[in-house]
Amino acid sequence: MIKIENLKHYYTDSDGNQVKALDGVDLSIEQGEFVAIIGANGSGKSTLARHLNCLLLPTEGRVEVGGLDTMEEDNMWDIRQQVGMVFQNPDNQIVAAVVEEDVAFGPENIGVPGPEIGPRVAKALAAVGMTEYAKHAPHRLSGGQKQRVAIAGIMALEPKCIVLDEPTAMLDPQGRKEIVSTVQKLNKKKQITIVYITHYMEEALAADRVVVMEKGHIRFMGTPREVFSRVDELEALGLEAPLAAKVASELRKSGVKLPSGIITDEELAQALCQ
Amino acid sequence: MLTEITLGQYFPGNSLIHRLDPRTKILATIIYIIAIFFADTSLSYGILTAFAAGVIMISRLPWLMVLKSLKPIWIIIFFTLLIHMFTAPGEHIIWTWKFLSVTQEGLDLGLKMAVRLVLLLLFSSVLTFTTSPIVLTDGIEHLLRPFKALGVPAHELAMMMTIALRFIPTLLEETDRIMKAQTARGADFASGNLLQRMKNMLPLLVPLFISAFRRADELAVAMEARCYRGGEGRTRMHELAYGISDYTALVLVLALAVGLAVMRWGKLCGL
Amino acid sequence: MSIKLSHIYHTYSKATPFERLALQDVSLEIKKGEIVAIIGHTGSGKSTLVQHLNGLLQPDKGTATIDEVDISAKGTQAKNARQQVGMVFQYPEHQIFAETVFEDIAFGPRNKGFSEEEVAKQVREAMDFVGLDYDTFAQRSPFQLSGGQMRRVAIAGVVAMNPDYLVLDEPSAGLDPRSRNAVFREIMALHKSRGIAIVLVTHSMEEAVKYANRLLVINGGRVLFDGEPGLIFKEHGAELVQVGVDVPQVYKLADLLRQRGLKLPEGIKDEMALVKAIKKVKGWK
Repeated sequence: MIKIENLKHYYTDSDGNQVKALDGVDLSIEQGEFVAIIGANGSGKSTLARHLNCLLLPTEGRVEVGGLDTMEEDNMWDIRQQVGMVFQNPDNQIVAAVVEEDVAFGPENIGVPGPEIGPRVAKALAAVGMTEYAKHAPHRLSGGQKQRVAIAGIMALEPKCIVLDEPTAMLDPQGRKEIVSTVQKLNKKKQITIVYITHYMEEALAADRVVVMEKGHIRFMGTPREVFSRVDELEALGLEAPLAAKVASELRKSGVKLPSGIITDEELAQALCQ
Repeated sequence: MLTEITLGQYFPGNSLIHRLDPRTKILATIIYIIAIFFADTSLSYGILTAFAAGVIMISRLPWLMVLKSLKPIWIIIFFTLLIHMFTAPGEHIIWTWKFLSVTQEGLDLGLKMAVRLVLLLLFSSVLTFTTSPIVLTDGIEHLLRPFKALGVPAHELAMMMTIALRFIPTLLEETDRIMKAQTARGADFASGNLLQRMKNMLPLLVPLFISAFRRADELAVAMEARCYRGGEGRTRMHELAYGISDYTALVLVLALAVGLAVMRWGKLCGL
Repeated sequence: MSIKLSHIYHTYSKATPFERLALQDVSLEIKKGEIVAIIGHTGSGKSTLVQHLNGLLQPDKGTATIDEVDISAKGTQAKNARQQVGMVFQYPEHQIFAETVFEDIAFGPRNKGFSEEEVAKQVREAMDFVGLDYDTFAQRSPFQLSGGQMRRVAIAGVVAMNPDYLVLDEPSAGLDPRSRNAVFREIMALHKSRGIAIVLVTHSMEEAVKYANRLLVINGGRVLFDGEPGLIFKEHGAELVQVGVDVPQVYKLADLLRQRGLKLPEGIKDEMALVKAIKKVKGWK
């Protein structure tokens, strides 16, 4: 679905220094995969995300989406329709003053005939569980609900992939749960490819694969179990590991023999209380 | 609190008037306003008032609420009446006091002007009461479309209005928050002379502007990501369409205007 | 020396269709030197509550006093009392307005009527507390700093008013784990050296249990629980989940291990304590 080869993105900041936001990234993402990207602020994860639907273009290297090169100007609108994007601030991506009007915005832009838009909007709202709010004003919704409206706005474009750039950074725990479960559902039931950027490791646990970034590079990647067992490396990158993994790692350090790959409470309890 | 201001005065409902196409309502309002200026006799004013009353009844809006829409400008109406009463020239003096005098003609003219203002306001407030701001925007866009050739950016204007409607409540909330934050830092927005007060507003206005620009920036990126590329090739979920009731409404209000025009000028043409 | 709220009621949007009772009969006292965490889900009334601590909102009923002064009164005494409470709002970097970091931090102290000399001293100290080097940052534009640095400038702007009580509404929201820890380290250092009261509004149980010595759980506009965090989690865990507040991860893990037969002691607050306790009951050195 997505192929990234030796992607570099450089820009010049306000002080005139060259910043290497991405410095040689290789990554490929399969159709239907759920990939989480984690990394501290400034690790380049948002820059990477914005290359996936032509909001940014490579300084060097290649990004291919569904076989289309993002550098080709003619491909831009096709790619944007295939890869939708949800941003951090729920307030700043909702265009219209009524929920259903906002969800209709995308299909209207790509010229879907009027009578087909209504059913699309209804389907998209149902997919995120917001059907009953179709006529509401967005500013009276909770943060989690607003983000779900934003996701519905993307779903209405019938994309193959959704990129979410720290969608929960401004939400409360309730809203965070709503978004993670919505995204999981879209991935499992509708086979939407998910690229999920976050610095909450609890959320990354839901992914098929976790990519860890630092300073414009991919440091390592693997299943959540592989990645979150590497407690010390994560901490050195300013990231957190699940509590059970941290406790297991501390115990191992003082010489206790524990099986590898412990990341959940249950696994730790089984290892300690056989 | 600022966030308690409700925007627009849309009063949701499902009456015949509510369901009319917004273009019909905008055009009808314009025609009615023109008709107001055709009126010259008590009879024609009576017809206009009856027409407005009929429309308000069909719209099933609460009378008190409609009348309340006159509140912000009742002073203007009152002064219009006074000024005409005292200044219009006339022969039939009905009341004098020192240098002030009221003539019959002045009183008539003043009353006419006041009634015109009241009718104009009542009728246009029915438009805003029965049409949601979004639908109204849609109507304006459609009506402006024919003027595109003349360089009127109909789509852009409508998009700007849509976004403004969406963000006004958000920005009001933000203003409230920043005001509180600066008040907690000892800011004082209320005292001092004009210059001092303007200077005191900076800690509120600067963050507000920065935030508005940041929002605009992020919104632009989000819109682009959702395939927005201007009005070209865009479709709409709810295409506007005229129905029988729209034609009926337009015919009625046109008949009113023509009728009043005939009442006024008909004799001149020998009708 | 304390902030006292007694029988506070507050209603939003009175006499409109959106009318909502946000606080009902809230009474509490916050003493100088305490670290109080306030938790509750969104809409529980916790933000409304903290805005009564320095008179940003006026109660419909009830009184709020700071060091025995009624803060709803007019006049300089009440104003001075209100300014003893520093308030760091959510995303405080959005309130920055001045051309230089120094000028922005100096805004509060100047409004408080400090002499220029005192202002300069407070700004320097405040920047020191939040870990911004004075010589590097004081004359720079705050708008060219990173998000984390801007947050620090904003917090410094409140610290520089030298308050006796400091209220922080989700000071770590939107930061990555490293900056989150740094911000809390700085707040704790401030508490230690100045002995001021810290009131921390948070969604994170981890933060509440790690830093606070007293916990207020707010639900439906009332104080549901008020006490030592460990005790509340131990005795009311189930009720907390019911009102949409979660028990910290470390408590859950310790509880699970106890259920499976490990005889762990109560009151384990962080992972290191948990590791130590496991080793002890297992007889590992």
